[in-house]
Amino acid sequence: MASKRPNRLFRNLSSKIAAIPMALTALVVFVGGTAWTITYSFTNSKMLPKAKWVGMDQYERLWQTKRWIVSIDNLLIYGLFMLFFSFLIGFLLAALMDQKIRFENTFRTIILYPYALSFIVTGLVWQWILNPEFGVQNIVRSLGWESFDFNPLYSPEIAIFGVMLAALWQGSGLVMVLMLAGLRGIDQEIWKAARVDGIPIWKTYLFVVIPMMRAVFVTALVLITSGIIKVYDLIVAQTGGGPGLSTEMPAKYVYDYMFRAQNLGQAFAGSTMMLLAVLIIVVPWAMMEFRSNRRG
Amino acid sequence: MKLTVSFIAAALLAGTSMASAADLEVMHWWTSGGEAKAVAEFAKAFNATGNHWVDAAFAGPGEQARAIMVSRITGGDPMGAFQFNHGRQAEDLIEAGYLRDLTDIAEEEGWKDIITPSSLLDACTVDGKIYCVPVNIHSWQWLWLSNKTFNDAGIAVPTNWDEFVAAAPKLEAAGKIPMAMGKQSWQQTGAFNVLLATLVSDDIYNKVFADKDAEVAAGPEVFRVFKAAADTRELTRDSNVQAWNEATEMLIKGQAGGQIMGDWIQAEFRLAGMEADKDYGCLPGLGMREVLSVGGNAFYFPKLEDPELQKAQADLARTLLKPDVQVAFNMNKGSLPVRSDVDMKTANACMQKGLKLLAQGRVLQDPNLLLTQDTITQIDDLFAQFFADTTMSPESAQEQFADIIAEAE
Repeated sequence: MASKRPNRLFRNLSSKIAAIPMALTALVVFVGGTAWTITYSFTNSKMLPKAKWVGMDQYERLWQTKRWIVSIDNLLIYGLFMLFFSFLIGFLLAALMDQKIRFENTFRTIILYPYALSFIVTGLVWQWILNPEFGVQNIVRSLGWESFDFNPLYSPEIAIFGVMLAALWQGSGLVMVLMLAGLRGIDQEIWKAARVDGIPIWKTYLFVVIPMMRAVFVTALVLITSGIIKVYDLIVAQTGGGPGLSTEMPAKYVYDYMFRAQNLGQAFAGSTMMLLAVLIIVVPWAMMEFRSNRRG
Repeated sequence: MKLTVSFIAAALLAGTSMASAADLEVMHWWTSGGEAKAVAEFAKAFNATGNHWVDAAFAGPGEQARAIMVSRITGGDPMGAFQFNHGRQAEDLIEAGYLRDLTDIAEEEGWKDIITPSSLLDACTVDGKIYCVPVNIHSWQWLWLSNKTFNDAGIAVPTNWDEFVAAAPKLEAAGKIPMAMGKQSWQQTGAFNVLLATLVSDDIYNKVFADKDAEVAAGPEVFRVFKAAADTRELTRDSNVQAWNEATEMLIKGQAGGQIMGDWIQAEFRLAGMEADKDYGCLPGLGMREVLSVGGNAFYFPKLEDPELQKAQADLARTLLKPDVQVAFNMNKGSLPVRSDVDMKTANACMQKGLKLLAQGRVLQDPNLLLTQDTITQIDDLFAQFFADTTMSPESAQEQFADIIAEAE
């Protein structure tokens, strides 16, 4: 039989057909929706989208708005601390869990459990825990330490850390499980070799094991970062953005201007800026990541 | 075979006849106890016209309800009628042609003559056409006082804002919080708007909110209002609650002296078994300039194809303004009726004061009627900041306020 070289387009035809819905969704909903949003951010659309062009007006207003600037500051502070602490706590817990302890399953379940709760529940629970009238402050005071002061949610300077506490409580478990999986993937021979060479355990972790867990770190980084940028429900449930503007976030600004202020143009300008921020971080990283993979 | 056919025919008949019995879906966000009772009065009266009220209540804050209503209307699945705070919120929907013009019904029923104050109908009017039915009046300009708190502290109950501010140190000395206020921005902005309406002349108020005159907004008269807002910030310093009714609870328990809030607060007092003028006092216009800003709720009707439904919409529009329906609804809602010719003898002492002011025409237009939601949100943000940050001076707040007014449409 004269074998004709099969058309490349038809290779793996069934799987290509199966991928069509997903590809369409990605193109139409994500890319299309994004393009539409960016286009209308140059209009003065109010409640309904209107193609009345105003150039960069919405962006000028956005960057003159105190609330937006405060939101960006808050996101930076929250993001940096959240990244650092969730990795630190997650890795420490995973390393401890990896010491062949008893009841590992039980501990793992307990620590991962908060992740199963929605941000709304987490936010409300921590609102009560941090409430000065019946939360931690009250308990410690009733134990006899009368001057004890712990009231983050009502102090504008540190309210953002009160929110971070709740986010850490919820998110650290996930990082721990990912890290634990990574640690389990490390060959036992490496540990043995390190022990034979007399390398201290902390050094083995820092210089041998962690570099080998690169893929796990990247996964955790992507999950945590995307969670940070879109943080919204936690804020709404825990502080409502207050006191004052001290825990406002960009996502909340976008939502409020879209639905409460009925100013689509302004909201779209905000969301476009959020997209831009993500792209600035993600694109160079993705290029680096994929190029090194191709070489490797 | 025959049997099946006749079954299908019967089912089809039943289906069509049910559709033609004009089930009108009405969306609103009145779900708290008193509100639900009030809206049930509308449903009862509407059902009596031979139509059927299909209740589509949204249990959540108004801004979320509004978002859902708008997406249903623009998405091609309109309901029969819906509630909005009337004012500029529906402007875009009207311009885009989604809402039904009610002018013919309004003329036939003579709404122009019966609805007072006339500014309510003006708020429904775009380019000379009427698009909504105002159903009630709520006003914000009230200082509510807890007689128990003042009696406990041994101080005479103040009769105006200045006396109230002067009494604050004595209240504090007696271990009371001078003024209760929830730490939500709409309450803080609300209080500021009240101060603006009552401490300066009508002229200045209108120049700021109606004409958006930034120079007046930055001027010395309005600065007095910002100083009063700073006083308010000081008086409410120890009021660590969020929701407005939690703040009202402090008045009821005799922990706080007063609260600036709209007249819907009376539902809370009524639930607590308190009587107007005996257990709690009310000072319209804070006792300074007796004036009320009138805003409230209105019903809008999306354009529909089905003539049966159109007729049902017209029936509903007529029903909402019938004198007996107005009384039944507003007594439950704690608001004032939109027509002055109805009998409100059973209203309590505070509602009577409000009715008297309406009759005298001592009314201003509510900020909701004059400003867009966009501007209102910006002002909300400003006061959220002002009330949380005690280092922010009244001068700098006024400067930012004037900037917002300058940009307002």
